[in-house]
Amino acid sequence: MIEVENVHKSFGEHHVLKGVSTIFDKGKTNLIIGQSGSGKTVFLKCLLGLFEPDEGQICYDGQYYSELSIAERRNLRQEMGMVFQGSALFDSMTVEGNVMFPLDMFTNQSKSEMQDRVDFVLKRVNLIDAHKKFPAEISGGMQKRVAIARAIVMNPKYLFCDEPNSGLDPKTAILIDNLIHEITQEYDITTVINTHDMNSVMEIGEKIIFLKNGYKEWEGTNKEIFKTDNQAVTDFVYSSELFKKVRQMYIEERN
Amino acid sequence: MKVKCSTLFLFLSPQVQSKRMKYLEAIGKYFIMIWEVFKKPTKWPIMRSLILKEIDDLIFGSMGIIIFISFFIGGVVTIQTALNLNNPFLPKSLIGFATRQSVILEFAPTFTSIIMAGKVGSYITSSIGTMRVTEQIDALEVMGVNSLNYLVFPKIIATMIYPFAVAVSMFVGILGGWVAAVFGGYAPSGEFIKGLQMDFDAFHITYAFIKSIVFAFIIATVPSFYGYYMKGGALEVGKASTTSFVWTSVVIIICNYVLTQMLLG
Repeated sequence: MIEVENVHKSFGEHHVLKGVSTIFDKGKTNLIIGQSGSGKTVFLKCLLGLFEPDEGQICYDGQYYSELSIAERRNLRQEMGMVFQGSALFDSMTVEGNVMFPLDMFTNQSKSEMQDRVDFVLKRVNLIDAHKKFPAEISGGMQKRVAIARAIVMNPKYLFCDEPNSGLDPKTAILIDNLIHEITQEYDITTVINTHDMNSVMEIGEKIIFLKNGYKEWEGTNKEIFKTDNQAVTDFVYSSELFKKVRQMYIEERN
Repeated sequence: MKVKCSTLFLFLSPQVQSKRMKYLEAIGKYFIMIWEVFKKPTKWPIMRSLILKEIDDLIFGSMGIIIFISFFIGGVVTIQTALNLNNPFLPKSLIGFATRQSVILEFAPTFTSIIMAGKVGSYITSSIGTMRVTEQIDALEVMGVNSLNYLVFPKIIATMIYPFAVAVSMFVGILGGWVAAVFGGYAPSGEFIKGLQMDFDAFHITYAFIKSIVFAFIIATVPSFYGYYMKGGALEVGKASTTSFVWTSVVIIICNYVLTQMLLG
């Protein structure tokens, strides 16, 4: 569980986060949504420890990040997995090398133990015959799966994803969403996904935080987002004609 | 009338002041980066393979261009010296002597380093810069890896064998001078070799190696700094490579002056 208490973050004159507080539950897929420039990425980077909040606290299962020593922070980071928007795979390494990298860096496992673990996670993300390929030789969807495999190879307690299905076709995007959701439940991980994909919101959003201009405008579940009367949320979520029709149907059904 | 420097600073335009502050900030950031490079080392088996890869990429990968340029510059130095020594009372051995001194003292350590700043420096900036743009550095940081140690330390260690490349450059440069002298008809082989051996001071070799170690450190760290702290996209990677070459060359030239004054002055 991650507890966020009144987090503020500024860059010079630009006040990006203006007192965000929330709780991300364990074993749930938590989504951060909002328009571009609303502070989603900065918020995610604060959660990752890449940015230090100017004010407020972030607590990871009882450990306040600001109170941890540098060594403790590094240990905590080893419990975090991150799937970057562009996958951020190491170009110079094969798929196998990318997934094995954290094991090689932080464990004293033998080569065969590491290989077994790599085979297991690659199989888990449905990548079986790409071990020896380089990131440039595989598709965007496969790169995302490798990134997920690398993120979960160390059995993380926290999984963060920055727009995991951007640039993917709708079918692959749903596969990636479902994969993250299954992994979250299977390994009881606290997952936080930064997205503006409404399919993800409707499909896997067990908890949704809506950010607007650096403030937390709304929070709820994917069921509640249908019912909300918050104008900012409805403007954002139902900006597409398709979702407008879905909402209309929902309202008519309710009446 | 005596005016304090701090008072003069107040009269500078805000643009000049902010530019000056930017330079000071960059210098401070550079030294903080150097400090961070040596903190929290990466596991030795991984570091060893990274160092070997960097030696291959940065040093052995540059030997071809170093040998090519050294040979021809050595030849040009010889021809120019010979053409300027047209007094019949001056011995032809002076051509060999002048070539040796030019190559060992200046050409091999400094000129080669400027070339390396272009070749190796831009490679370092663009490779680290691309890693920054594609969030690979963020990925390392999130995993708890000291990205500066992982990326920059192997480059520093690899470039510490740069004096080997400088030694090759000295040999090939003098060889190029000998070929130009003998086959161009500027000096007989015996006279040229006599000049090479004339008044030889072994400290000049030490001086050249000390310079090349310092330049190697600059070639590894200044481009890394520009790559690591770059912001933006592909266009900025290109700009950072150019800027890094300019500043690496400037720092090399300044250090060359300071070291020469300290060691030979």
